[in-house]
Amino acid sequence: MSGAGEAPVVRERALELLRGMLRIRQFEDRCAQLYGEQKIRGFLHLYNGQEAVATGVMECLGPEDSIVATYREHGHAIARGIPMTTLMAEMYGKREGVSRGRGGSMHLFDAATRFYGGNAIVAGGLPMAVGLALANRLARRSGIAVCFFGEGAAAEGEFHESLNLAALWHLPVLFVCENNLYAMGTALARSQATTDIAVRARTYTLEAQAVDGMDVLAVAAATRRAVASLRAGGGPVLLECRTYRFRAHSMFDAQLYREREEVEAWRERGPLISFTRRIKAAGLITEDDFQRLQAEAEAEVDAAVVFAESGEWEPVEDLGRFVYAETGA
Amino acid sequence: MNMIQALNSALDLMLERDSAVVVMGEDVGYYGGVFRVTDGLQRKYGEHRVLDTPIAEGGIVATAIGMAVNGLKPVAEVQFADYIYPAYDQIVSELARLRYRSAGEFTAPVTIRTPCGGGIRGGQTHSQSPEAIFAHVSGLKVVMPSNPCDAKGLLIAAIEAPDPVIFFEPKRLYNGPFDGDPDKPAVPWSTHPKGEVPDAYYRVPLGKAEVVRQGEQITLVTYGTMVHVCEAAARRLGLDAEIIDVRSMVPLDIETIAASVQRTGRCVVAHEATRFAGFGAELSASIQEHCFWSLEAPIQRVAGWDTPYPHAFEWEYFPGQVRVMRALEAAMEAQ
Repeated sequence: MSGAGEAPVVRERALELLRGMLRIRQFEDRCAQLYGEQKIRGFLHLYNGQEAVATGVMECLGPEDSIVATYREHGHAIARGIPMTTLMAEMYGKREGVSRGRGGSMHLFDAATRFYGGNAIVAGGLPMAVGLALANRLARRSGIAVCFFGEGAAAEGEFHESLNLAALWHLPVLFVCENNLYAMGTALARSQATTDIAVRARTYTLEAQAVDGMDVLAVAAATRRAVASLRAGGGPVLLECRTYRFRAHSMFDAQLYREREEVEAWRERGPLISFTRRIKAAGLITEDDFQRLQAEAEAEVDAAVVFAESGEWEPVEDLGRFVYAETGA
Repeated sequence: MNMIQALNSALDLMLERDSAVVVMGEDVGYYGGVFRVTDGLQRKYGEHRVLDTPIAEGGIVATAIGMAVNGLKPVAEVQFADYIYPAYDQIVSELARLRYRSAGEFTAPVTIRTPCGGGIRGGQTHSQSPEAIFAHVSGLKVVMPSNPCDAKGLLIAAIEAPDPVIFFEPKRLYNGPFDGDPDKPAVPWSTHPKGEVPDAYYRVPLGKAEVVRQGEQITLVTYGTMVHVCEAAARRLGLDAEIIDVRSMVPLDIETIAASVQRTGRCVVAHEATRFAGFGAELSASIQEHCFWSLEAPIQRVAGWDTPYPHAFEWEYFPGQVRVMRALEAAMEAQ
């Protein structure tokens, strides 16, 4: 099983991709449950349905690459390799969390994996990705910058400024638009003149391509080509991953803007269902493999919850730290 | 009515009365607004009166300016005050100055509604209170109601005002008054006298503070959510405090405030926003200028910390009753 010019899908790779998506799904489902128990509070935006995008993209990146994500970024953080334990502790707001509990769900940061944040400001991260890439270029470092954002962000000025700058300066940025069709409750066609995001990127002379965002192999294949081009000195690339979020925008959303049938239809071709069906049919994995991965992911989430539960609160007197540098004038 | 219904009623009335009024913003039409403030208005008045916009705060405000200078009265919603910064350039460089720059020939009477403040675990990017950075800009009026009754009357006055108004809505107060104690069960507005909101048209004038409690010992000057926190704190200390709801930061009703402080001789200023260069600094300076010879103690300020709003420590950051009580005690002790 393999696509043209694509890494072959052998058993190990199939298991790895499935494991990646299952880990995200299990983490998100547990977050929803913990929200109901008021262990996680505040704003929570879950990634269910979009797992193939983060999983497929991250498979093609190296430790030298930088990631900028959105407020629906648990999946990106997990796929990037940030331990679930410290992510879950951040959901709880504990000191052991990646951002010491100061950020919560929408503000995950991790220097070790070059994860430059979840960002609750729509399109707020795109310019930063341009700067990250420019710094790499000026310092002659090999890393690329990868920026995730939703289709709603394409209406913000930062989107246009960032694409123009990245193209003008020929920077190694991979823009990954996760087009899930709804900017909160407003459908794409109701709010943007061109619903084809890739077309808009091409007007800034970016290489741009629409990809089936429910298909992890398609996402990975497109990303691998883009990354190869960027590493070879090519200009910025935009991938529009056409996907769908299965859950509500946040925990306060009655979803009156879409039909139940539409959600069901997308669930039918969900990234986990379709990929599992495909690799089983190809004889790469068995139902036992699936059950084992599922159990492992569940155990990992269980351990993360135990870690978060046993964490501590940051001492209140420390909360004034990190507003300014602690050394120097 | 709760504050959401009161604001909805104001918009409904103004859309009905004045064909120049247009409501616009992210998710305000089909979706009905993230907090439901614009619920049902697009169905009632049509897509040409209640416009869904893309996520583009700069563009929303900029377009509203063009509409306003050309005869309309746009009421633009910025979904959270934390999202307003992409529009800050348009607000400061264009909206606020158009009248001055054109020597009075043009003006843009835009109303920008935006939910502000903490108390719903919004963390760093859904909790801010940026009123001071707008109050600092000449040419803008800045308003923040503390209850449904004022919210409706002030919004109508804002829409009818000939100048641009930034209208902050303390989101923690949308569904009920809140005295700063998150562990207490939520109370609906139906239990509060200011939850009684007339269905009909009425205005609460911009630039008029309200004495919400008369008292003799000390003056508490505050606005938004903190009005209710201050009432509870003064009650807990058994102080006969005069509590003033500023309601309108610009124009500021310094006469009402100064008259009170001249009588009590003591003053505490309280708001939820960060302290340094916050609106409390303007209040404190203005009060001092008007009341220096009547003051018996330094003016105390109660405010949020000078940090971003920390996710897990919302109630430590939030200046609750205890912090207000401490400031009241300090102002009462000093000779």
